[in-house]
Amino acid sequence: MKTNESTRERTNGSPTVTNGRPSFAALTPRARDLAGRLPAALRAPGLPLAFPFAVLGLVADLFRDWWGRQTGYVRWAIYGLLIVGALLLPSEQVGGFMSPYSDWAQLLFFPIGGYILLAIGLNVVVGQAGLLDLGYVAFFAIGGYTMAVFGTKFGWSFWEILVLGVLLSALSGVILGAPTLRLRGDYLAIVTLGFGEIIRIAARNTDYIGGPNGISGIPHPPTLSEWTVPESEPFTTLGLAGIAPLKYGALDGRPYYYLMLAAIVVTIIFVKRLESSRVGRAWASIREDEDAAELMGVPTFKFKLAAFAIGAAIGGAAGVIYGSQATSIIPRNYEFIISATILAAVVLGGSGNLPGVMLGAFLVAWIPERIRGLQEYRILVFGGVLVLLMIFRPEGLLPSRRRKAELAEGTGGMGSLGAEVGGPTTHAAAEVGK
Amino acid sequence: MSETKEAPAVGEGRPILELSGLTMRFGGVVAINGLDLTINQGEIFALIGPNGAGKTTVFNVVTGVYRPTEGSVGFSGHRIDGKKRFAVTKLGVARTFQNVRLFHNMTARENVMVGADAHHRTGFVGAALGLPWHRREERDGRAKAKELLDFVGVSHRMEESAKNLPYGDQRRLEIARALATDPKLLLLDEPAAGMNPAEKIELQDLIKRIRDTGRTVLLIEHDMSLVMGISDRIAVLDFGQKIAEGLPAEVQNNARVIEAYLGAPADAS
Repeated sequence: MKTNESTRERTNGSPTVTNGRPSFAALTPRARDLAGRLPAALRAPGLPLAFPFAVLGLVADLFRDWWGRQTGYVRWAIYGLLIVGALLLPSEQVGGFMSPYSDWAQLLFFPIGGYILLAIGLNVVVGQAGLLDLGYVAFFAIGGYTMAVFGTKFGWSFWEILVLGVLLSALSGVILGAPTLRLRGDYLAIVTLGFGEIIRIAARNTDYIGGPNGISGIPHPPTLSEWTVPESEPFTTLGLAGIAPLKYGALDGRPYYYLMLAAIVVTIIFVKRLESSRVGRAWASIREDEDAAELMGVPTFKFKLAAFAIGAAIGGAAGVIYGSQATSIIPRNYEFIISATILAAVVLGGSGNLPGVMLGAFLVAWIPERIRGLQEYRILVFGGVLVLLMIFRPEGLLPSRRRKAELAEGTGGMGSLGAEVGGPTTHAAAEVGK
Repeated sequence: MSETKEAPAVGEGRPILELSGLTMRFGGVVAINGLDLTINQGEIFALIGPNGAGKTTVFNVVTGVYRPTEGSVGFSGHRIDGKKRFAVTKLGVARTFQNVRLFHNMTARENVMVGADAHHRTGFVGAALGLPWHRREERDGRAKAKELLDFVGVSHRMEESAKNLPYGDQRRLEIARALATDPKLLLLDEPAAGMNPAEKIELQDLIKRIRDTGRTVLLIEHDMSLVMGISDRIAVLDFGQKIAEGLPAEVQNNARVIEAYLGAPADAS
């Protein structure tokens, strides 16, 4: 079943498939197609700028093809390597290059890790269900304030609050979604934009939660283990010696990074499973043609509401984890710019495709920090990079193939029968040819 | 009103869909005007009429897209007017569309699986955790999709995006997707539109095979040879009103029908 699933993408347009596994001959046209795109990209105006994007697209497509051919074992091996790589990431050697201006471990936790988790959550709403949410920061804020209030005023532990924060933000997603999800497109975007602002302004004006000064003295998560990475090879070379990965102190950002990493991995597993189940199919069908989906028995409102709640829950989890490290939070941490940045991460990474979205979030979080040396020009440069990306790769860095097609159609896939669809005549010819 | 001609399926003559006094107004426009119609179980019933006669509006009212201004829709003992669209589908009414409305960027198989999901029970938790019954339903859904694509004759393009299928295959895929919801009543909105003569013959055969699985078919179609070839009974709509109903031969010779189609007074023809 796994192989069937995986060969699916590739078999599009290449009819030479034997026993569900593509023969080598079937690959050639695809490879030719990929190679054929390069000269076109070379002729494009602004060549030096376009070139890296063309190469990136080519590499991404080749990798996707390769990935589609791999068996379960190879895939698990790659997942394993990725996790090991992620565990090694806080190493000082890596940090020296990646973050010469600020504390790399801290950066990895937030914004990088935090943005990745938020982007995964927003991707459920925007990329999967196709609902434009401009107020996603609200759920991040609700998670953060849950951590702050229950940690400082009620003395709950981090783990209890994590559960509570996820539930509360999911609930707020439902409360926001229930009346508003009947709206479509732009109207929904405006309402969510308002919601994001309402939460922040309400927090600023509520004395119980500190008003504009926010809440400080938020407790860290309890230490799970004092275990420390030994000061010996290979850890010394890797730059990881002396970390206590499960001891959440005030100074070392690395344990928090590992906590965030664990949250990200768990979230990916859940989200990926949803995506490949009836839930993901229902979301995709809603995105493509909501009316047809409902007439095929998809309770569209319920599934849209669920997408909202799931996205909100993930945002809330990110908020709780962030709050537990930050020690203090203020309403100004939760401005609209976060919603916009996470949305930018989703869109430029490749809406709907998890690796793409994560890459997008990483870049959006990392680039401004990496170019901190440019001082006041850094946001200008960052904006320039975003503009270039959208010019040369409007479908995102690593789009899902389905989503890419939808964008190319420009209609969300509804009802249009373009010229590429064979009419009766072409079909008759094909019928004879068989 | 005439009785059904030989309908091989069980429950012959028992009404499955009953429209009574159905009226649908859009502002000042009356799309359907006091329509009474009874479709019996196991028959192929064709709804014909000139363009704009209100045929598709009837489909839209039956499937819950519109709530009728007046009158009621009864479906095998339930009153379904005003019910939610997906609830109507779950009760056993499925349809295709005049302009093909597939999920274009999903594969043929995925399209059909969306239909099959209509009767699946797995919730979000089951799907997120990959629980056993969820896996079983997924497996069943995939198998059912394969089976139905075989049935309509599109299984050789199962893993292709719906939009890459030739037009005739898209029409048949839409029928497979509707069948996946396991309907008692299947509404086909101009299934032969854009098909060549060879495909029309295949389609005719397909519709009969669908009827032979015990389903009832309500059909809107302009192709008269197809309609006359397969329908057990026919109703003719004109300006939202039923002007004739009966066996194909009766309808064919009905003076009012000829008038509606040719636009000439009956005595002039």
